[in-house]
Amino acid sequence: MSNSIFRGVTRRQFGVRAIAATAAMVALLGVSPAVLAQAAFDKDAVIEIGSLYEPQNLDNTAGAGQGINEAFNGNVYEALFALTDAGTVVNSLAKDYTVSADGLTYTFTLQSGVTFHSGDPLTSADVKASIERVTAEASKSSRKKSLATIAKIETPDDATVVITLSEKSISLPYNLSYVWIVSDTAKSLADSEDGTGPYTLADWRRGSTLSLDRNDKYWGTAPTNAGVTFNYFTDATALNNALLTGAVDIITSVQSPDALAQFKDNADFTVTNGQSTTKEILAFNDRVAPFDNVKVRKAIARAIDDKKLLESIWGEYGTLIGSFVPPTDPWYTDLTAVDAYDPASAKALLTEAGYPDGFTFKLDTPDYDPHPIVAEFIKSELAKVGVTVEINIITANEWYTKVYQSLDFAATLQEHVNHRDIVFYGNPDFYWGYNNPKVIELIKQSEASATVDEQTAKLLEANKLIAEDAASDWLYLYPQIVVSASSVTGYPVNGLNSQFFAYNIEKAAK
Amino acid sequence: MVLFALLRLLPGDPANALLGVGATAQQIASAKAQVGSDLPLTEQFVRFVSSLARFDLGTSFVSQAPVGAEILDRLTVTIPITLLSFALAIILAVPLGIVAAVKADRWYGAVISVVSQLGIAIPVFWVGILLVTAFAINIRLFPSGGFPRHGWADPLNALRSLALPVLTIGIVMASSLLRYVRSATQDVLGSDYLRTARALGSGYTEALLRHGVRNGVVPIISILGIELASTFLGAVVVEKVFALPGLGSMLLLGISQRDYPNVQGVLFVSTLLVLLIGFVADLVQRLVDPRLRDRAVGSP
Repeated sequence: MSNSIFRGVTRRQFGVRAIAATAAMVALLGVSPAVLAQAAFDKDAVIEIGSLYEPQNLDNTAGAGQGINEAFNGNVYEALFALTDAGTVVNSLAKDYTVSADGLTYTFTLQSGVTFHSGDPLTSADVKASIERVTAEASKSSRKKSLATIAKIETPDDATVVITLSEKSISLPYNLSYVWIVSDTAKSLADSEDGTGPYTLADWRRGSTLSLDRNDKYWGTAPTNAGVTFNYFTDATALNNALLTGAVDIITSVQSPDALAQFKDNADFTVTNGQSTTKEILAFNDRVAPFDNVKVRKAIARAIDDKKLLESIWGEYGTLIGSFVPPTDPWYTDLTAVDAYDPASAKALLTEAGYPDGFTFKLDTPDYDPHPIVAEFIKSELAKVGVTVEINIITANEWYTKVYQSLDFAATLQEHVNHRDIVFYGNPDFYWGYNNPKVIELIKQSEASATVDEQTAKLLEANKLIAEDAASDWLYLYPQIVVSASSVTGYPVNGLNSQFFAYNIEKAAK
Repeated sequence: MVLFALLRLLPGDPANALLGVGATAQQIASAKAQVGSDLPLTEQFVRFVSSLARFDLGTSFVSQAPVGAEILDRLTVTIPITLLSFALAIILAVPLGIVAAVKADRWYGAVISVVSQLGIAIPVFWVGILLVTAFAINIRLFPSGGFPRHGWADPLNALRSLALPVLTIGIVMASSLLRYVRSATQDVLGSDYLRTARALGSGYTEALLRHGVRNGVVPIISILGIELASTFLGAVVVEKVFALPGLGSMLLLGISQRDYPNVQGVLFVSTLLVLLIGFVADLVQRLVDPRLRDRAVGSP
């Protein structure tokens, strides 16, 4: 779910025999030999995409889930800015913008000649209505809070939008990259669309497929394919079979390392190992003993061999992280050396903290993969330094009520999916209860920075501080694995914010 | 009533399931008002029953689409699977069952019996996986799953995508049906009327077809009714294995999302269909067996 900080996807294990696949089927829609001669790819191919994340409806302010970002962001809807696959923010429907000296007034100039799929031209009024759709009371968007500093939106002319803030917010362009610009004449967005993107919605067959056609009136660079069809699966094995048999060209995100064996050493398929923003963490309740003690937290972090854990779960895939910040965040720095695996010093730290004989704590473990396996691993690692772990398996719902709402826990496991979410450590009321005034101040100041460089410097400092404090134990970063038929190229590999831009995908001509 | 109560017993408010963890208290309150989960249970129940009486299945919490329309759309997948696999099961089970009973002392009679036992013992999803490996991955005869984008407007591909699911359910169902046909035939074989018919000069096959089948078919029909209902429910599992947009996958998704209107709608429609099947089976039984008709009309 795009709205949640964690993802409740059950990852399955399976083993299907690897069998060579023949060339994938191509929908050749009258391509002339001349065109084929010019390009190695078929610009009229329809790309069949396989995914486990069907949107629940088509409106990202109505609890549509992460699937809608995958299918619609950048494809059907565009925003003033776009978050690229590399993690940078670039202009999209905003051609240019200026910021006042006090950092409170942003003036955006819109691209000219842009029309919505309905034919309605893009004006500043559409932008205003679109932002207000996200901040409206009925909106279920998770971005609502981050746009709360918007005090006023003005539209002096059709091509200009002026946003006045109540306090400085350097992340405004970034936050606006989540706001779809929708025509203000559009109705019933739950099952239809009116965006400006390179694709239009052709049809959506619930539980099965969602098809997008190339928008021939697109204002920007035309897509390198005629359209895409998202084929939705609930069973990962069925999805892998579909790729093996050529029914789909790409799987947007492979969630089980076991499934990769059949694609990895096969020339008919390409496996890409991208960087996700999903962090597997051991979150302590920093409010209560023994985890209110920095030394205890550092000791636990040093007692667990993250490398061995990652290898046992993902094999050669995935990345080790030393804090909550993944490499695609601008304030990333390699902090894996902080509290690296060192059981002897862990034992020494425990003695210093007053626990020479260790202690016992309960680990609330969500019941879906990989958490139960991770919990067993932590239990055996900590036993070596005298700490006893009682594993308490709970459902995702119990996690929400017991851990997240009631704060009734000692330590827990969770995967956090969001991009740029270090800000959670600046909120002492967040479930893990990390409370370092210096970090809180840095995170607050970073938002009021005058420049992006200043913001980056402040968050980098906060990042180092939380690592030194072992605010939580960050076990590893999930890999983002995309598998495709080798005839297909040009797709995003990091899948930031679950986005899957389809417009550069090329399929080799037959 | 039972349906309604069981669903509300599930932990987790639909409003939470809808919003996820990042939601504010205010967002949760407005979502609760939207889905009606802030109302007292009694009032939720009254609303539920009164709209059922109007055949209004409501609107999904999650997709905000009318439940009835989605069910109708998904029935275009589930009903063909059910009927086709049912037909396949009868085609396989009836002749084989009769052969297994009549030729119980021959080797092939015994083989049929043993294989059908095996068919009963194997779980449906496993048969499905075996068939996918054999007919979709090894020989590219049928698609491994999914349903064509244009549905039945693309009839050839729609049928092709149903081939393996139908084969899966058909084989498993034929196995259990075959056992019934076999034992019914055996009963008939040992009956007095068959012996009498033979004594009156009928040939073995003629006696079996004229008298045996007419008597043996009566208990089979009521079994068929039950089996058809269970095929319909078995489609739930198979739809998952083959990624088909049918009623079963709608039910599973609805449960995981706490989408009560969807779950209630699917269960309501399934119950109606199962009752309907039972009713039709009774009717057919009466048509076939004059004794049932007479009892119904003539007995005091």
